Amino acid sequence: MSTDSHGSIEDQVKVYINVFASLIVLTLVTVAVSYLDISFIEAFFLAMTIATIKGGLVLGFFMHLISEKQAIIWILASTVIAFMILMFLPLVSMTDHTSLW
Amino acid sequence: MSSIPYILEERPDTGLNNARLGIWIFIASEVMLFGGLFSAYVFLRIAAPEGDFDYWGSKLNVPMATLNTLMLISSSVTMIMSWASLKMKQFDKYKMYLGLTILFGIAFLCVKYIEYTSKFSHDIYPSSSTFMGIYFTLTGLHVLHIIGGLVVLLYFWSPVSNRMWKENPDLLANRIEVTGLYWHFVDLVWIFLFPILYLL
Repeated sequence: MSTDSHGSIEDQVKVYINVFASLIVLTLVTVAVSYLDISFIEAFFLAMTIATIKGGLVLGFFMHLISEKQAIIWILASTVIAFMILMFLPLVSMTDHTSLW
Repeated sequence: MSSIPYILEERPDTGLNNARLGIWIFIASEVMLFGGLFSAYVFLRIAAPEGDFDYWGSKLNVPMATLNTLMLISSSVTMIMSWASLKMKQFDKYKMYLGLTILFGIAFLCVKYIEYTSKFSHDIYPSSSTFMGIYFTLTGLHVLHIIGGLVVLLYFWSPVSNRMWKENPDLLANRIEVTGLYWHFVDLVWIFLFPILYLL
């Protein structure tokens, strides 16, 4: 962590409480949204958007990624690229199966 | 005094100490582990017969999973508060917050146990359907991560932490920071598992 002094830690604690409250609200919103009468694609993107915001809050504030060193950012960036490739593999397979390409 | 360098001080090349660099590389590998399974889920869902995943997904208990989500989020905030307490030199509060984190983790496992046994009592097993196969695989792997995390948390809640606090408080704070990074990651995985398995 970059800020270790007593005062700054106390400031951080207030941020943690705010993030906690946001995560609780977003969880309840996620559940509420699942009861909306919308298509699967719409529900999927809505749920993933909320989950990504929640994940960003955890990563950024609880895991202190917003103040983390460049080395960590690069490790995670390369992992995200590899993860995206993993996620797009099924899509490529699907388009191949349906002769779209 | 240990002879291993960069346990607490930062390395000149990365600006990180060994523990933080190590846990982030470990987390990166974990992202790929769960990423592969998320990819498998998408692949299986695309290939499944129309309505198959909806049918089997409707057999899951959303209120219990919501409760588990709230407990895991709560455990994340108590985890970070235990680290913050050490930084503020409040060892008693550290013990309290870490104890709460452990209780939330155990409560999560209890709810999961009830969920699993409920499925088994209705003759629903991983072999029952493709959805249940990937559901038990993903949640089972996540449960193993919770158990692993709890073992480490219990270690740092035990009298070992009292001794470490007296001998080297910075080392204890560093270990709790690193343990917290792992615990938050486990929470992060659940944040995505919950909507994918229970709500979609």
